[in-house]
Order: sequence, then C-alpha cells, then structure tokens
Amino acid sequence: MTANGMPAPGFAASAPCAPPTGNLVPLMHEIRHALTRWLEQGEKRVIDLRSIPLAPGEEDRLLEQLGEGEVTARLSIQGPSDIIETRYPGVWLVTHYDENESIMGKFIEVCEVPGILTSQADDIRAGLERLEDQLSNAETTA
Amino acid sequence: MTDTEFLLWVRGPAFNAATFIMCAGLVIRFLEIFLLGRKAELAEARGSAAAGGFRTMLIRFIPDAGSFQRSGFTIVSGYIFHIGLFIVIFLFVPHILVFEAVSGLSWPGLPSNIIDATNVVTMIALVGVLIHRIKDPVMRMLSEFNDYLVWFVTFLPLLTGYLAFHRVALSAPMLIGLHILSVELLMVLFPFTKLSHAFTLWMARWYNGAIAGYKGVQS
Amino acid sequence: MSKDKTLGETLQERGVSRRSFLKFCATTASMMALPPAMIPVIAATLEKLRRPSVIWLSFQECTGCTESLTRSHSATIEDLIFNTISLDYHHTLQAASGSAAEQAREEAMQENYGNYILVVDGSIPGENNGYSTIAGISNKDMLLEVAAGAAAIVAVGSCAAFGGLPHADPNPTGAVSVSDLIKDKPIVNVPGCPPIPAVITGVLVQFLTFGLPELDQLGRPAAFYGNSIHDRCYRRPFYDKGLFANSFDDEGAKKGWCLFKLGCKGPTTYNACATTKWNDGTSFPIEAGHPCLGCSEPDFWDAGGFYKALSTPTEDIGKTAVYAGTAGLIAGAALGASLRARKQSAVKNHERVTIDDLDEES
Repeated sequence: MTANGMPAPGFAASAPCAPPTGNLVPLMHEIRHALTRWLEQGEKRVIDLRSIPLAPGEEDRLLEQLGEGEVTARLSIQGPSDIIETRYPGVWLVTHYDENESIMGKFIEVCEVPGILTSQADDIRAGLERLEDQLSNAETTA
Repeated sequence: MTDTEFLLWVRGPAFNAATFIMCAGLVIRFLEIFLLGRKAELAEARGSAAAGGFRTMLIRFIPDAGSFQRSGFTIVSGYIFHIGLFIVIFLFVPHILVFEAVSGLSWPGLPSNIIDATNVVTMIALVGVLIHRIKDPVMRMLSEFNDYLVWFVTFLPLLTGYLAFHRVALSAPMLIGLHILSVELLMVLFPFTKLSHAFTLWMARWYNGAIAGYKGVQS
Repeated sequence: MSKDKTLGETLQERGVSRRSFLKFCATTASMMALPPAMIPVIAATLEKLRRPSVIWLSFQECTGCTESLTRSHSATIEDLIFNTISLDYHHTLQAASGSAAEQAREEAMQENYGNYILVVDGSIPGENNGYSTIAGISNKDMLLEVAAGAAAIVAVGSCAAFGGLPHADPNPTGAVSVSDLIKDKPIVNVPGCPPIPAVITGVLVQFLTFGLPELDQLGRPAAFYGNSIHDRCYRRPFYDKGLFANSFDDEGAKKGWCLFKLGCKGPTTYNACATTKWNDGTSFPIEAGHPCLGCSEPDFWDAGGFYKALSTPTEDIGKTAVYAGTAGLIAGAALGASLRARKQSAVKNHERVTIDDLDEES
C-alpha cells in the first residue's frame, strides 16, 4: 500500500506474481560497503530506491530488514518528509511525500545525518532577519 | 519516409501486391503445366495409376541407399533446413496470425524460444548448403544465377526474422518492416523460379508414380 | 511579467525554505532517473534559473494533455507554474479571456522575444482554411508568429508531435504536426495520447535544467522514449514462451499472458508506460488487460486496427487472393492454350527436342 491507501504499484486482480529480482542481498552489501567507506574516509552515499527494480513485496522485506533505530523525524516542507535512522546507525531512510501523501522520492542515505535534516545557511539567515525584526519591534513597543 | 510509415506500407499495399503476384503467378504456372497435356496412353492399364501416384508422393521422401552415398550431405542438410523452415514459418504464433488473417484457419504454435533456436539451426544448414554448392565441383558447374538468387531470398527472411525477434541495431518498426519486405520478395519470386518446386514437386511425383502404376511396375 | 528574479530569490520571497527547495531537487532528480550525485548540480542550476516565460498554445486538441499535466504529482503543475516557469498564456488554466488574454500573450512575447518557450498541444490545419482559429487568427498564423520569437518549442501530445487524431484518415482539416510547419527552431516532441503526466513535467524540468535533451529520430527525448513497451513489459516472459491470450477475459487473459494476438503494439511503441506507468505508478494498459494502442507513435490511429496483431497484413488479403486467382485463371488459360498449340504443331512437324528446349526455365 502507498501512504495514501492506494493499492501498491503493480497490483492487479488478475496479474500473475512477478518473479523476485534478487536485488535485495546486493543492495544490503552496497549499504555495508558504504558504511565501511564512511568510517574510513568520511565519504557519504545516497541510494535512490526508485532506481532499483524491486518486485512487489521486496521493498517491504528490505524495510523490515533495515528496521527502525533511535531517530524518527517528520519534516513539513511542501508536504511531509519522513527521516528514520534504521537499526544500523548511519543508515537513514528518507521518504518524501507531496501534500496529498503520495510518495515522491525514497532514498537510503549512509552518513552522519541526512543533509536535509540539518538547518540550511540560507534559512538561518532568513530566520535571523525575522528575529531581528521581531526584537526591534518588541523594543519600540516596550 | 519514417520507420512507422515503412512498416505500414509493407503490411498494407506491398503485401497486397505481393499476394496478387504470387497467387496469379502460381495459377498461371499450374495452368501452363496442366494445359500442355500428356500423350494419350494407348496401352491397357496393368495396375492403378492413382495408387502409384499417391504412393510415390510419399515414398520419395525416403532417399535410396545409392543417393545417400553420393549426396549424403545434401540430403541431410536439405532435410534439416526444410523441416526448420516448416517449423519457423508455420508454428510461430505471429505467423499463424497472418495465415489466420488470410484464410481464417488457425492452429497452435510452439514456444517462441524453440522457434528461435530452430531458426538458428536452419540458417546454419542453409549456409552449409551454400558452401557445399560453391565448393563441390559438380554443383558449382551446375549452378547458375537463379540458384544463388533463390538461396538468398530464402535466407533473407530467416536472417531478418532473427534480427527482428532479437531487436538488434535498428528500430523495431524498421526491423519488422524489413522482415515482412523480405518475405514479400520471396512471395513475388516464388512462381517464377525454382521455388515453385514446393508445389510442382507433388505434380512431378504423382505423374512419375501414375505412369509406373499404370504400367504395373513399382516406381 | 518581467522575470528578473532568479528561482532561488523567488522561493525565498515566497517563504519557501531551502530545505523545501532541496526536497524538490531530490525528487526531481529521482523522477528524471538521474543519480543522487546530480542533486547538488540540479540545485545549483535551478536556483540561478530565471523563470522563463512559457506560452502554451492549444490548437486542434481535446485538452487531454493539459488534463494529464494537471494530474502530475512529481513536479506538480503548481510547482511548475509558481516556481520554475512563468506560464504567461494557457487557454484552460488562465483566468483572463478574450482580448485581455491575447494582449497578455503579445506582451509576454515582446518582453521575452527570443527567450520564451513555446509549448504546443493539438494539431494545426496546414492550409489556412479557417477550420481552427483563436480570436480570429488561424492556428497556422498564430504558430508561425509565436514560434518566430521562441527559444525552443515543446510539442506535447501526439497531435502536436505527429498530427494525432485529426490527422487520421481522411484528415478532413488537413491537420499537420508542429515539425511539419516549423523548420528553424529546436523542437522536442513529447507524444502520447495523452503523454504520461510525469513525462510531460519531466521533459519540461529536464529542459529547463539541462537544456535540449538527447532526441531520437522522431524528436522524442531518449530518456523517456528510449525503450519500447515490449522491452520492459512484465508479460514479456509469456511472449517468449509462446503463451498468448486469445480473446479478452479468456483463460490466458486471466492468467496474465501476452496480449500480442489481441493486437498489442508494444513491440513497435516507444514510451515509458511499462516502467513509469500511470497514476503514480499504479498500472498501465497492458497490466490492466488491454493491448497497447501505440499512442506515442505517428499514425497510430491508422496502423491497421487496434485489435489486429502487429504481424498481420492491414488490407483484405483474402479478397486479393481471389482476384489474383481469377486473373491467373484467365491469363493462364490463354498462355496454356498457346503453349499447347505450339506443342501440337511441334509434334505434327516431327520437331526434335533439343538441349535448349530442356534448358528452358519457362
């Protein structure tokens, strides 16, 4: 099922089951290599899950294997985005939804923390301006 | 002309024209043969002409020992590519659909990968036959332009069929179009070359058998 | 309507955070099937983008392409309109109408002459015959006028790309495609009846970010039209095994077997339906049990019938065979008679059979 309750892609009442792709284990190994590289060289890796052909059910098995760890974050950025650290620290699952809760992107990020979770310099600057405005208003009215 | 227009042309007016030429040509050839007539058989019948005719049509499939010794390669490779042609042409589902469109008759087909393998075997046999024709001194002496032409128009549909099935190099409409065009070339040349043996073979066997059968001897 | 601000500046003004912008870039990269390493490149390009003016001309069309576009979820139409482009003219979506709308179009053209993007849907009557006009201007005149100042043209839908339904036999309006009329501007064809929503927006975003994409021989972006349906179809194993459905809803159809016999044009159709699919990846015609119509190919309406298999002839061959047989009988009778007469005269004259006679082919 997709996030908004629609049937999962590829579902049809009379369609036969698609054979498994065999991509699960290689994908887990890719994550393993990425973790090693991060520890040794600090190099980050992003995997676009939608670019990897997975048969119906295989993606669920993948997410089950990755599981959930200590961090769950929900962002509200032109539609919700979920960031979960899996049971393997450093392996993050980033899911982007649009305003109608349809999935727009799904990534596995192997890093300290996904870039989109950190505050961006531009946004900080804009927020600082707003704070300065607010404080100067407060001072004039005080 | 775009690839799509080409495909529609070969499936449309070109196929129509090729069918017309082939059917009219075959009927003309048959009439030419039959209307020539035969000398009247003045002797009394000593056996059945019809039985001899039917028997010979089938018995000729079995080569006699002498022929086999002299031209074993020709016989074996000949059988391979003829059976291969039969399988590839008549037991491949997209082809069966063409026959159904023309005649209304249909029959079950074989898995497409078996057809593909058969195609490869047939092409190899045909190449072998060509090499033999060129290298064997007697064959080389007997062969003329028409023999090589006929080999070519038989090989071309197999080759283009293979390329179309495996979708190699060119766009799909162009590959399928070239395949159908090569078949149309075969159709057009069919009545006017030795390819017509597909039909005249039965007449020849019949007559040989009928003559012998009438005389009461085995043919 | 001036576009002095960059996309980055516009987003900031609107209070759209950089985080949101990064999310947009990530999902756009994913939708364009680009590797995540390209996300920073897309971000850098898009934020410096000055929103180009887009003029959308609708000619002889059914509005299906606009409908498809407004169903797009990845790079939604709202994203496009508010953030990436400035849609200065579009019949269905704009608020203005009548002379005010035409004035808006002319202003946009003047201000951005040489730089605006022209998007066309619908075919154009090739002769100025008044079959399709807007504000009294014929489609052909309007296309030529607006195309003259365009930087590039995107022909959305099979009608604009190839002539589509109006072009089908007998083509009463003399409909032609955009590329039949415009020869001196880069044209990107995005065919389909309609095209997949994500493909329409994907092509526009790809074009804005990276410029003219790699095009195939029919002017279609190779990224979305590079593979045929047949090559990516999940029912392909059944085709290869020779397992076909014979009719709708028969045993084979229920088991999901190949639809070749039902007229599927998948082998000769290039589009993204088998991978990107429709309705956010829910399904596509073959998966729903209907053979592919070939709607992103030229002249698919006249391609011998939707339910006639791709290998079959398009004309009535049975009839031709009968005519041919009859003609053959007549000609053959005449030829045969003359041959017989020649033979009989040769017998009468006791002519000998020579080696040349035996060597004759006909």
